[in-house]
Amino acid sequence: MSTAIEIPYNSTERPDTGLYNAKLGVWLFLASEVMLFGALFSTYVLLRTGADTWENGAQIGLSIPLATINTLVLIVSSVTMVMSWASLKMKDLGKYRFYMGLTILCGVVFLIIKGFEYAHKFENGIWPSTSTFMALYFTMTGLHGLHVIGGLIVNSYLWGPGSKMWQSDPERFTNRIEVAGLYWHFVDLVWIFLFPTLYLLPGK
Amino acid sequence: MGDTHHEDIQSHVKTYIRVFVALAVGTLITVLASNFHLGIVVGIIVALIIATVKGSLVAAFFMHLSAERKPIYWVLVLTATFVVAMVGLIMFARQDQQGRQQGIFAVPQGHVPAHQTETPEGAHKE
Amino acid sequence: MTEAHYQDEHHDELPFWRHYIFSTDHKIIGIQYGLTALVFLFFGFCLMMLMRWQLAYPGKPLPIGFLVKWLGDSRMPGGIMAPEFYNQLGAMHGTIMVFLGVVPLAVGAFGNYIVPLQVGAQDMAFPKLNMSSYWVYFIGGVVMLCSFFVPGGSAQSGWTSYAPLSVITPPSHSLFTGQSMWLAGMVFLITSSLLGSVNTITTIIQLRAKGLTWMRLPFFVWAQLVTGFLLLLAFPPLEAAGVMQLMDRMAGTSFFLPSGLVVGGKALYVSGGGSALLWQHLFWFLAHPEVYVLILPAMGIVAEVIANNTRKPLWGYRSLVYSVIFLGFMSFIVWAHHMFLTGMGTAVNAFFQTTTMIISIPSIIILTALILSLWGGSIRFTVPMLFALAFLPMFGIGGLTGLPLGLASADIHLHDTYYVIGHFHYVVAPGTLFALFAGIYYWFPKASGKQMNETLGKWHFWGSLIFMNGIFLPMLIQGLAGVSRRLYDGGASYLHAEHVLYLNKVMSHSAWSLAVVQLIFIVNFFWSLFAGRRVTSDNPWEATTLEWATPTPPPHGNFLKIPEVYCGPYEYSAPGEPKDFHPQNEPYQKPGDQNNQEKK
Repeated sequence: MSTAIEIPYNSTERPDTGLYNAKLGVWLFLASEVMLFGALFSTYVLLRTGADTWENGAQIGLSIPLATINTLVLIVSSVTMVMSWASLKMKDLGKYRFYMGLTILCGVVFLIIKGFEYAHKFENGIWPSTSTFMALYFTMTGLHGLHVIGGLIVNSYLWGPGSKMWQSDPERFTNRIEVAGLYWHFVDLVWIFLFPTLYLLPGK
Repeated sequence: MGDTHHEDIQSHVKTYIRVFVALAVGTLITVLASNFHLGIVVGIIVALIIATVKGSLVAAFFMHLSAERKPIYWVLVLTATFVVAMVGLIMFARQDQQGRQQGIFAVPQGHVPAHQTETPEGAHKE
Repeated sequence: MTEAHYQDEHHDELPFWRHYIFSTDHKIIGIQYGLTALVFLFFGFCLMMLMRWQLAYPGKPLPIGFLVKWLGDSRMPGGIMAPEFYNQLGAMHGTIMVFLGVVPLAVGAFGNYIVPLQVGAQDMAFPKLNMSSYWVYFIGGVVMLCSFFVPGGSAQSGWTSYAPLSVITPPSHSLFTGQSMWLAGMVFLITSSLLGSVNTITTIIQLRAKGLTWMRLPFFVWAQLVTGFLLLLAFPPLEAAGVMQLMDRMAGTSFFLPSGLVVGGKALYVSGGGSALLWQHLFWFLAHPEVYVLILPAMGIVAEVIANNTRKPLWGYRSLVYSVIFLGFMSFIVWAHHMFLTGMGTAVNAFFQTTTMIISIPSIIILTALILSLWGGSIRFTVPMLFALAFLPMFGIGGLTGLPLGLASADIHLHDTYYVIGHFHYVVAPGTLFALFAGIYYWFPKASGKQMNETLGKWHFWGSLIFMNGIFLPMLIQGLAGVSRRLYDGGASYLHAEHVLYLNKVMSHSAWSLAVVQLIFIVNFFWSLFAGRRVTSDNPWEATTLEWATPTPPPHGNFLKIPEVYCGPYEYSAPGEPKDFHPQNEPYQKPGDQNNQEKK
């Protein structure tokens, strides 16, 4: 380990801010992510209002049932994620492993369903270049999907090799799960807005 | 997040389950609402409201935002302000484009034609 | 004061590559950023020197044989610059100077090195993240440099990469085209910036030493805090836009391509429905706050150097703090003053013109406070102070020349002329760069334990001041005469440019002379590093802020004893004190003293 010094407030909270470092760090990061997806949503708004016609998601072949299932899958994964943190707060590593495992499973299911959707589009000759709507659909869900993959990698690490920290510094490990949870909930939050925007809004 | 008491966590767990139910119900409502032909404006407003409620539940309870302190609130308020400014000002700029007649600030009818001089500026040397 | 806690005293026994290459120590990372950024600055400068040959002697072969041969026939056919190559040089000069040079130096180098020291911390809040930030920046830089060597050359649609030109140049779906690599490189650079700003902000908020309240922070730290927020919140929209432009180039989408676009006489086979203006909005949403990222750390450095070399507190510390916060906030809502001529209506133009005029106020307050800080001071004309003093009028010129650009009606005549180039170079070159030089000369003794040569420093200063004005003042004149920017021949084919064409030669010769003067700095820097005189004190400038309370150079962990802060950052020449400065970490001897010193 090359950090040879002790950075304060990694496990305990700084009194005047009430925060430990990683929590502030992840909220700052999430703020930047809000700006990132906000720019994509503002692109949607601008291009849609400037267009003469605009597809309805269902009309162009987006599957509302599949996306609804995906929405519920992500919501379930958010619950299991926060349960995994609560399990650590109750000092139960076994339960933590169970819930974190479920979270990862839900994430994988989400990606598989997304994969089906994409493959179905490509088979029917619908590509990002087909229309601005599809360009937005693939870019927004694609970027969201990349964020899901990122979250899965982090969560898998914390489920597996990263969980060793529970033995050496349980408070800091619990904080890591809380921080990973904040990121994961945000990914869920973005989808909560993406889903109606892309799948449910009527066309013009 | 100071409390580590078993009972407190248990009550938190109850809350998580309740929020999950609310989110699931919200999802179904928003799908059902899309089946009604509400028109584009009402449709967007309804979808936005439901999504905002669902998002707020995730933020407040899963992300513990309801228990967070000032620094986080200020960061988020700042961010929200800038997102609104970004979307709002881009839309404002688009609405107010030369030649468009609709929008909040109507562009006056007709435009003064460019004043032609004998030797326009920028003439290439022969 | 508590003993600094070292969990592992074996840091110095790390292998070379862990100690110096993949270090998590903020000081080594800061030096890595600094050296890399200086190399990129020099490279970007070389690109411009090449351009200036073409501008001063358009159509004449470059009289440097080996360079012409190395650049090859596609770039310099017969030794004469090809127009496409001129455009590549222009786009990459801007990109490299801003994103690979100045920001990494101002924020990555100075921010990383100084901020933890000035807040009394042992390192940044997230040391490993810090290391990753540097290497992601490095990769981004390599990608940008490699873009010169792909077919078609590097990006050549300006550093602003406006659509649709940037999307269709060259018309290829490959990732290995200059523009696509520019976009990929930007994704890396933006990521590096984001991670770095998370680190800086968390460090300042969470790791301040005991007693270091907000209003006792050195102004440099305030400047870095606001800069961190600018980078955090303004960069992501450009990242989104960059992804969308990459999609347009590689996946055939039409985010930025309007319907009915015709290229080379043929209708473009895309879905259309996009908006070229959308790219401009998203680009400038970042790029305007970006210019404040360029200037704020510089103002911070100038404030530190002025306080130290006038031996008195800064005038108006509170107004400086409130101004820099207000400036940061306003910088998010002025961006479309770069778009006054895009056909936006009078209402939205008026909005952005108003916010732009308003944002000049905090800028002026900051400059005024710094100028007033000189009044009644015992000024020491050290080399850092010379640069800091020159910053004031130079930034003044830069700022004032920005005012007509911010007024929509005047901008009609000045937009896209050399006046703009003169304006922003005044702010960045004899503005920011001078402040960064001041910082290097000021903190060199602390980081290396050696002194830089004073005489060479003064030659560097005077030469840079004279030649920078020789380059950028004529630009203002040419711009007012109507000479457009990005002209391959510098205006030679335009009637209205005829009477100011001679200035091209003045500017080019000034630029080449400026390069020679920088050699003095490079020699001074490296010679002093290896053979310079050792400093005899940990605090050779007799400064008050916490970075001077460490051994020289600071070890891993920075402080032998974790400091505690007892007073404000600029306690110079306080009445009744034995010395003319009171370091922040020194307690007061007599009980009544602290109250006396604290009154504002």
